[in-house]
Amino acid sequence: MAETLNDERRAPVTGRGARRRRSIRENLEGWGFVAPATILILGLSIFPAGWAFLLSMQKWNGFSPTQKFVGADNYAKFVSDSQLLDALGHSLFYVVLFVPSSVLLGLFLATALNRRIRFIGLYRTAIFVPFVVSAATTGVLTNYLFDPQFGIVNNVLRSVGLPQQGWLTDPGQAMIVIAIMSLWGSVAFTTVIYLAALQDISPDLIEAAKIDGANRWQTFWYVVWPELTPVTVFVTLWQFIEALQLFDLVYTTTRGGPLGATETVVYYLWDAAFHKLQFGYGSAVAYGLFALTLVITIGIVVYSRRTKIEAF
Amino acid sequence: MSSLLTSVSARADLKGPPPASHKRHRMSLWHLFLFPTALLFAIPLVQMFLASLSPQAELLRFPPPFIPSHLTIDGYTRLLSTSDVLLWLGNTVLVSTVAIVSNMVLCSLAGYGFARLSFRGRNFGFLAIVATIMIPTQVLMIPTYLLFSRIGLINTLGAAIVPWLATSFGIFLMRQFFLSIPAELEEAALIDGCSRRQVFLRIVLPLAKPALATLAIFTLLGAWNDLIWPLIAINDPGAFTLQLGIANFQGTRRTDWALLMAGNVVATLPLIFFFSIAQKQFVATMTLSGLKG
Repeated sequence: MAETLNDERRAPVTGRGARRRRSIRENLEGWGFVAPATILILGLSIFPAGWAFLLSMQKWNGFSPTQKFVGADNYAKFVSDSQLLDALGHSLFYVVLFVPSSVLLGLFLATALNRRIRFIGLYRTAIFVPFVVSAATTGVLTNYLFDPQFGIVNNVLRSVGLPQQGWLTDPGQAMIVIAIMSLWGSVAFTTVIYLAALQDISPDLIEAAKIDGANRWQTFWYVVWPELTPVTVFVTLWQFIEALQLFDLVYTTTRGGPLGATETVVYYLWDAAFHKLQFGYGSAVAYGLFALTLVITIGIVVYSRRTKIEAF
Repeated sequence: MSSLLTSVSARADLKGPPPASHKRHRMSLWHLFLFPTALLFAIPLVQMFLASLSPQAELLRFPPPFIPSHLTIDGYTRLLSTSDVLLWLGNTVLVSTVAIVSNMVLCSLAGYGFARLSFRGRNFGFLAIVATIMIPTQVLMIPTYLLFSRIGLINTLGAAIVPWLATSFGIFLMRQFFLSIPAELEEAALIDGCSRRQVFLRIVLPLAKPALATLAIFTLLGAWNDLIWPLIAINDPGAFTLQLGIANFQGTRRTDWALLMAGNVVATLPLIFFFSIAQKQFVATMTLSGLKG
């Protein structure tokens, strides 16, 4: 096989049959490389995604032989499903808590970490290590640290004479606690992205601003920040998508409580599908969430193209 | 989105910080912010280790002491004697190892095919794979559960393994990497009579070590820490992964903090260990991890 390839490279193939043989062989070779992974991935995503779409138009508990076709009824039910609307509200509340703080804290930490000072390695490690900690572990840690009676957080408040808080047991505070611990585990992501972006900014640009008499704050605001805009758009969108899909940390801390205050869309969907066995309705909720994500993503992409922000 | 992703993924790792400024003394002001922040970030893990080594009675004393009076391994002993933690650890190690090896093999093959070989359907195939990155897990959970229960994978470790055998992120990553290395090297080898397979194994793969390391870390973090999918697909404690076991403790051992934290240490320490020996590669992988979807 090596010989023929060799020959072909030296002398252009003239005969039609030879060309066809070569193209068949190239096709086989190419697919030989890509087929195993491609079949696995498409088989486990495109095919189930299509199936989920069909399911979303049925009423089915996943096991009974009768699958009732109900068309768009499942989707129409969204507006009258107050529990789902509540869950959406909780998810959006979490988005508001989590997304801006993860972007701003990431930017701030990246700016702080982007310098060569003593202990910088230690600082970086302390902020990056929580990223490898799983949601299950973070959940248990959250329960431990924020335990109203024995947790260190209330213990600290107590020793400085501040009032004790209910934290995860307080419907008004539970989502805030989840957002804080989620930030702890994931702010490394935005930090690292900003750190990379900061290091991509040409030092000449900053030098020029200094020569023009800009102070540090002006340099940041008029030179660095505009350079970072594409990254900001990107991480905001990305954190938004992640935040809208919050599940793990809720499952390992409050399980949607107290009083349903932390029941997010994905928690609701998981509960509907795998506890109440509403496979059709669950699929519709999943597609609804997908559609919402898609609409907002497309909106941001179009907006950033129009305004010439080169994020995409 | 491709331009940004490409520029991020083409980066092997972060450059070091800029050279020290002559105004070193002014820089030290940053310590006032960085030191307390780093401390705050370290507290949860320090508390985890401390609690795992604390006497259980002290953890439930009121008011609780900040520092235990003495250290003990009782939490670990209880964890070992009253749970199947070693089995779960073995399961997680098995799932992660198979996932990493399979991803490295399948994604580098496919990434190379999509980057270098010309064949019918190549662009369409790659586009379809990239499109799957957009599909959220939630859409796939229900049909994948139905599919796996029909082929008998539910309640087996296979259910945790199969979705991680190949990832679209991995193919994307490897393709971008192969596109970034010059093709001349391979062409010279082909002219010298090497087959594609030989070129791939002897020339391309050895060059791909950084990308393969990134892929391995990405897969390790994803497979090791995965919770929602094993939660759906596995109910049998014999096939629990570590994360499932820990999440399950929540209901049964709610206030046995020493034992719970010992379990957390078992689940987290291996990752912290890998992080400490390959910090640069981990950080590079983190910039890409947004893609995990």
